[in-house]
Amino acid sequence: MSRRLSQSHIYGWLLLMPAVIFLIAFTYYPTVATLAKSFFSQGTALKPAEFVGLENFQYMLEDDIFWKVARNNVVYAIGTIPISIALAILMAVWVNGRLPLKSLARMSYFTPTILPMIAVANIWLFFYTPDIGLLDQVSAKFGFAGHNWLGDPDTVLGCIIVITIWKEAGFFMIFYLAALQTLPPELEEAARIEGASRWYYFRRVMFPLLMPTTLFVLINAMINSFKLVDQLFILTKGGPDNASSLLLYYIYEVAFSFLDQAYASTLTVVLLVTLALIAIGQFVFLDKKVHYQ
Amino acid sequence: MRPANQHQKFVVHLETAAAWLLAFLWILPLIYAFWSAFHPPEYATKFELFAPLSLENFREAWSQAPFARYFLNTFILVTTILIAQFILCTLAAYAFARFEFPGKSIAFALVLMQLMIMPEVLIVENYVTMSKLNLVDTITGIGLPYMASAFGIFLLRQTFKTIPKDLEDAAKVEGCSPLQILWKVYVPLARPTYVAYGLVSVSYHWNNFLWPLVITNSVNTRPMTVGLAIFGAPESGVDWSIITAGTLLAVAPLLVAFLLFQRQFVQSFMHAGIK
Repeated sequence: MSRRLSQSHIYGWLLLMPAVIFLIAFTYYPTVATLAKSFFSQGTALKPAEFVGLENFQYMLEDDIFWKVARNNVVYAIGTIPISIALAILMAVWVNGRLPLKSLARMSYFTPTILPMIAVANIWLFFYTPDIGLLDQVSAKFGFAGHNWLGDPDTVLGCIIVITIWKEAGFFMIFYLAALQTLPPELEEAARIEGASRWYYFRRVMFPLLMPTTLFVLINAMINSFKLVDQLFILTKGGPDNASSLLLYYIYEVAFSFLDQAYASTLTVVLLVTLALIAIGQFVFLDKKVHYQ
Repeated sequence: MRPANQHQKFVVHLETAAAWLLAFLWILPLIYAFWSAFHPPEYATKFELFAPLSLENFREAWSQAPFARYFLNTFILVTTILIAQFILCTLAAYAFARFEFPGKSIAFALVLMQLMIMPEVLIVENYVTMSKLNLVDTITGIGLPYMASAFGIFLLRQTFKTIPKDLEDAAKVEGCSPLQILWKVYVPLARPTYVAYGLVSVSYHWNNFLWPLVITNSVNTRPMTVGLAIFGAPESGVDWSIITAGTLLAVAPLLVAFLLFQRQFVQSFMHAGIK
C-alpha cells in the first residue's frame, strides 16, 4: 500500500511539474519580483537600483495622475459592470424565449465577443469622429451640433465605457443562457397558471435562481474592468490629459514610454492587491460549490 | 379579447421590438465596417443605397501593410500556444483529478490564483524575464506566459473527474501505464472539452493585444492585432475606407469560422463558462 501511495506521489508531481515550472516562471516569480522591485529605486547605468523603502509608494500617493487614473478605473468599473450584466440578462431571456428569428439575434449579441478589441475600436473611432462620424450625423438630424466626443474630457470616458459594454454584454449573455437552460420549464408554467406577471416571475423566481451566475459574471466583469484597456491604444491613448487613462494603461506608459520600471512595479502592486481583494471577495461571497468544486 | 390579455400582447411586442433594436445596435459597427470597406472612400460617411461597390479598399489595405506576414505570425502563435496548453494542462489536470500527493490542495489553490493574476497584469516583470531569456521579439516570447493556463487545467480536471474509474481500472488490468491510460482513456473521452477549450483559447489569442504589443517590435513577429493597431494609427494617415477594409481582413478568418460554426462557438463558450 505504501509503495503504491508513494508511486502515486511521484506520478502526481511529475505530471504537474511542467505546468508548475511555467506557472512559477511567468506568474509567481514575476508577482514576487514586482513586489520586491516596488521597494527599490529605478537603476540606471551609472547608479544601480537601491533600496528606498516606501519611497515609491509615497511618490505614488503624491502623483496626481495616479489618483486620476484610479478614479477613472472606478468610474469605468461602475459604468460598465451593472449595465453589461443587466443587458446580458435581458439578451439571455430574449434569446431563450419565443423571440422570432432568435438565432439571428443571438448571433448579433455574441459577435462582438469574438472580434478583437483593437479591430472594433477602429470602427468605433469612426462613430465618435466629430461632425462626419455616425454619432454626430445622427444627432445632427435632431438638430444637435457636432461634438468632439473623444477630445472632450467630460465625454471621453463615457465613450470608452459604451464600447466595453458593447463588447462584454454578449459574452456574459452566454453564461446566463446556460443557466436559463437548466431552469425547469414547470416553474414558468406554474407562475403563469398562478397569474403572476412576467416581471413578478423574473423578480421573484428567475433572478434569485440566476444569482450564482450573476456572482460569477460579476467577478469576471470586475477583473475585466482592470484588464481591458486595448481600446485606449486606438481611441484615446489615455487622453485628453489622462481623462480616459486606466490603471493598466498607465502602468504600460510608465514602464514602456517613461521607462520607469520601479514606479511601474509600484503601480502593478496596486493592481495585484486590487485583484487579490476581488479574489478574497469571491471566496467569501461566491458559493464555492457552484463553480469550483 | 380581455384588456389584460391585450396589455400582455402589447408588452410582448414591445419586448420583441426592444430585442431587435438591441440586436441591430450590436451588429451596427460590423455593418458599418462592411459598408465603408466595400464602397469608394467618398461614400465612407455618406449612406446612399445605390453607391457603387468596390474592392479597391481591400487591395489598398493589403498592399499598404504586410497582412500576409501578420496572419502567418498569428497563426503560428495561436497554434503553438494551443499545442503547449493541451500538453501542459492535460498532464496537470490528470495529476489533480486522479493522483494523491502531498501538497495537492495547495498546488491547486496556487494554480487557481492564475485565474486572477493573468499575464496581462505582469507585463512589466515578464518583459524583464523575456529579455533575460533573449526572447524579446520572438513568437515564443509572446506565447510562453500563456502556456500553463489555470483555466485549461481547471476545465480538464473537471472533465477527467467525471470519467468513471472503472474504465481506468480496466485499462490497468490490461497493463497500461498511467500515461497510456491518460492517452487512451481520458483524452478521447474529454474531446468535447478540448474542442470547447480550443475555441476559447484560439479566439482569445487571436484577439490578444497588450502583451504582444509589449514584447514584439518587428514585422516578423507581430501578430495581426498589433499590426492592425499600427496600420490604423492616425499618424499613419491611412483613410477610413482602407482602415475598415484592413480591419475586416484582420477579423475575417475568425468571423467566417464563427458564422459557419456558430452553434459550436456558443456552446463552447458556454461549456467553458459553466464548469
